[in-house]
Amino acid sequence: MIPPSFEYVRPGSVEEAVSALASSGDDAKVMAGGQSLIPLLRLRLSYPEVVVDVGRIEALRGVRDEGDHLVIGAMTTHDEVLRDPLVRTHCGLIAEATETVADPAVRHRGTFGGALAHADPAGDLPAVALALDAGFVIEGPGGRRTVPASEFFLDYLQTVLGPDELLVEVRVPKLGAGWGYRYEKFHRVAQSWAIVGVAAVVQRSNGSIASARIGLTNMGATPLRASATEQALAGADLGSIGDAAGHAADGTSPASDLNGAADYRQHLARVLTGRAVTAAARA
Amino acid sequence: MVQVSVTVDGQRRTDEVEPRLLLVHYLRERLGKVGTPVGCDTSNCGACTVHLDGKSVKSCSVLAVQADGSEITTIEGLADGEWHPMQTAFKECHALQCGYCTPGMIMAAVDLLNNNPDPSEDEIRAGLEGNLCRCTGYHNIVKAVQSAASQPASVGGVQ
Repeated sequence: MIPPSFEYVRPGSVEEAVSALASSGDDAKVMAGGQSLIPLLRLRLSYPEVVVDVGRIEALRGVRDEGDHLVIGAMTTHDEVLRDPLVRTHCGLIAEATETVADPAVRHRGTFGGALAHADPAGDLPAVALALDAGFVIEGPGGRRTVPASEFFLDYLQTVLGPDELLVEVRVPKLGAGWGYRYEKFHRVAQSWAIVGVAAVVQRSNGSIASARIGLTNMGATPLRASATEQALAGADLGSIGDAAGHAADGTSPASDLNGAADYRQHLARVLTGRAVTAAARA
Repeated sequence: MVQVSVTVDGQRRTDEVEPRLLLVHYLRERLGKVGTPVGCDTSNCGACTVHLDGKSVKSCSVLAVQADGSEITTIEGLADGEWHPMQTAFKECHALQCGYCTPGMIMAAVDLLNNNPDPSEDEIRAGLEGNLCRCTGYHNIVKAVQSAASQPASVGGVQ
């Protein structure tokens, strides 16, 4: 299948990228690694007039340590994220989830920021960003702004990014001592999308759970927090994880598709939340 | 049209291409490198896997313009006078039947050993999860990778 025609722009800096977007109107599309966009183009599900390829902007690559945060450049590939010692040490949940994204060849091209900006609710990293309370650093013609993960995702494949804005980096708070994490993903075959995924971070204190944050993959049009379970876990002992996980699907309305009906997804969310929180609390 | 300069299997090339041209179509239709097949065309099957600057990629999911300035190795550039040890191992272990997935499978397997010269069976299966074979049931492919891994020349020989 052959993509539709488009004009191709390859800016060398963030400023050039933003100005290319600003001068292209609503019909421009940012391409990071292209592992979501190129299949969409080939299937003729997307018809941009201009593709702005940010793949050569070095300033968008890499991971750096800023004290209590890691800052991950939007163009850092999944493979680079996986191999990064800072990510492994301070944000192991990201490495764990990234390892389940697609397959090695796709991870060589696909990027951390691209996966987040694409905002597919079946993608693994949006729920992880929610659970970690990440901050999304966005640059536009008016300068930079930082949007919390809880406000970044608006709807199916929709985010707060304006047509002339670029996601440049993601600020991820380090998990300190006493925190455990787990990403549980249920999928049909090895490289496929999650039917449901659960990203959990749990803070332990004296044998019980001080607090927990839980992100749900593919349980709605956007990644969601399992708020009722989080509330039930605050201050709870480990024996009550099962009861708390029973609320993981509260308030969700997941889609039904060939991989599973909505009620099956809700069942999976409860089971996987129980597993993820249990593993995170024991880690 | 956009100009791209690439090195493919050791040969430098400069061509004018449409931005929408996929790398796999550039390799097959412009350069005649038909050793790299188009399989699923939806980035699932991995038949079109090549190395882009030494790393495996699915060439149906890369634009030719994205490869500008890069070095590309296809299955046709793997042999250096003699077969690459991975090619020999695939033959000796009977790791193919219809052969359609084989070019991509071999390119993915070489990349796997470049990253992990002594993989376990589980690591081999995980490393090849992006490459589908509908004939073999994978067992002989895994054996071939294990066999190639036991020969030091398999690793690092290909960029």
